[in-house]
Amino acid sequence: MLEDLFKTVTKRFNGDDPESAVPMFKCPRCGASITQQKLAELGKVCPNCQYHARLTAAERISITADGGSFVEFDKDLCSADPLEFPGYAQKVADLQQKTGLKDAVVTGMCTIKGSKTVLIVMDSNFMMASMGSVVGEKITRAFEYAAENKLPVVAFTASGGARMQEGIISLMQMAKTSAAVQKHNEAGQLYITVMTDPTTGGVTASFASLGDIIIAEPKVLIGFAGRRVIEGTIKQHLPNDFQLAEFQLEHGFVDMIVRRNKMRSVLSHLLKLHGYNAEPKKQEV
Amino acid sequence: MKRVNTRTAWERMAIVHDKTRPTIRDYLPLVFEDFYELHGDRGVGDDGAILGGIGRICGTPVTIIAEVKGRNIQENKASNFAMPHPEGYRKALRLARQAEKFHRPVICFIDTPGAFCGVEAEKRGQGEAIAKNIAEFMSLKTPVISIVLSEGGSGGALALGVCDALAMLENALYTPISPRGAASILWKDASREQEACEVLHITAEDMVEFGVAEAIISESDTDVVNDLYKISENMKEYLAKIVAEKSKKDIDLLLKERYTKFRKIGVFI
Repeated sequence: MLEDLFKTVTKRFNGDDPESAVPMFKCPRCGASITQQKLAELGKVCPNCQYHARLTAAERISITADGGSFVEFDKDLCSADPLEFPGYAQKVADLQQKTGLKDAVVTGMCTIKGSKTVLIVMDSNFMMASMGSVVGEKITRAFEYAAENKLPVVAFTASGGARMQEGIISLMQMAKTSAAVQKHNEAGQLYITVMTDPTTGGVTASFASLGDIIIAEPKVLIGFAGRRVIEGTIKQHLPNDFQLAEFQLEHGFVDMIVRRNKMRSVLSHLLKLHGYNAEPKKQEV
Repeated sequence: MKRVNTRTAWERMAIVHDKTRPTIRDYLPLVFEDFYELHGDRGVGDDGAILGGIGRICGTPVTIIAEVKGRNIQENKASNFAMPHPEGYRKALRLARQAEKFHRPVICFIDTPGAFCGVEAEKRGQGEAIAKNIAEFMSLKTPVISIVLSEGGSGGALALGVCDALAMLENALYTPISPRGAASILWKDASREQEACEVLHITAEDMVEFGVAEAIISESDTDVVNDLYKISENMKEYLAKIVAEKSKKDIDLLLKERYTKFRKIGVFI
């Protein structure tokens, strides 16, 4: 009888045929529910609260770089398993299969409305974009390339923190990437961080926080310690807006909050304000 | 014959967590002379989790920055169990810059389970404070030597760990995340801490193997543990030698080598 009741409820929620259930998106900030299709049409922004949901690296590049301008660096760099950590190699292999990525960051060169820039995009679909050797190395090389070639860097950050399966080597990627940012800084070039959902842990505590200008998308999570860890320490429930982009703006750790549909033009303006002008179009012969 | 430490990471953890484990306040009078403590970050306050000051080692003036474990409940309350807030890291950076001005080598002692995880720490930018220290220490124009005393936990340790030479006390551990935290994330079971301890590779020998540390400071000639006088003697000997060695180096070369030290850490194919 109880089983019948469940069937009825399922039927009511999913329409007549549970097989054709429409994939839904439930907003982690406001709880509003819309179809995945509608969410995609809205550029993956919650229509109710403006939470900017996570994008894949490919999606991010396509809405940021000028069409066809992106040239990827170090495409095949792949994680070794330095500690022979139980289950790690398999996990990486599975995720490579699933996401089509080799690891959690894509780096390369592109133009944004004509301005040449080095682009770094982290993808939280790959082990929550935790930073291991590959992520650290690719980011470091991108900054070194930009420093040598006098180019700006735009980095879209997202990460759960250190990749513990690589032990202390993962922690040292914080130092390595920050050193490269410092080198780029000494070369007098512009570095813009765009913090996306979620930017936390060792990435917040290294290169992500070192931008000359730090932008965040609305309602994204930004912080050092995890919310549950803090709640465990203080034995209290934290307010809903704790560690959101708006909280970081209020406390002085973010320069501006920019909506996704305005991001490309804001980035382009900032690049041009720093003298990175669009390359002159070649005269047709 | 050189004694080999055959203890597991788990056994070492018991040693460094024992209440007889010496802290920076025990080592200070035995390793340094003329020590003056300096307080505050000149912004928010004075973080008891980080001790800073100036003194001498074998006559050479140095700046000392250390994470402070307490030896009893009062001391631990004052030092927040060696878990710094952002102002602690900013105090460290202030003193490091002062050392740079006066061409004093900086000696950092790492001894923390991790940076503090709390509301105020987040409001004052724990992530930014650590990031800033890492980046600024990377280009600090004076020698920096770091020693891990008992445990170095995560970014909270690395904020004092960007250096020209890192030494581990022989039973000290250096971790990207607490073994307990790792067990709870990996296997949703914090009680598998001991297992996590071993798979994370966190001992002094591991650090030398990965190129994270250059030296291991022996704690004893026998199996005695937490021998304050012996550790202090060996620590002083190491520091006197390394400070003299790094101080002689041309500063541009020193900075280049510092960059390379971290640049080459990473394993990929």
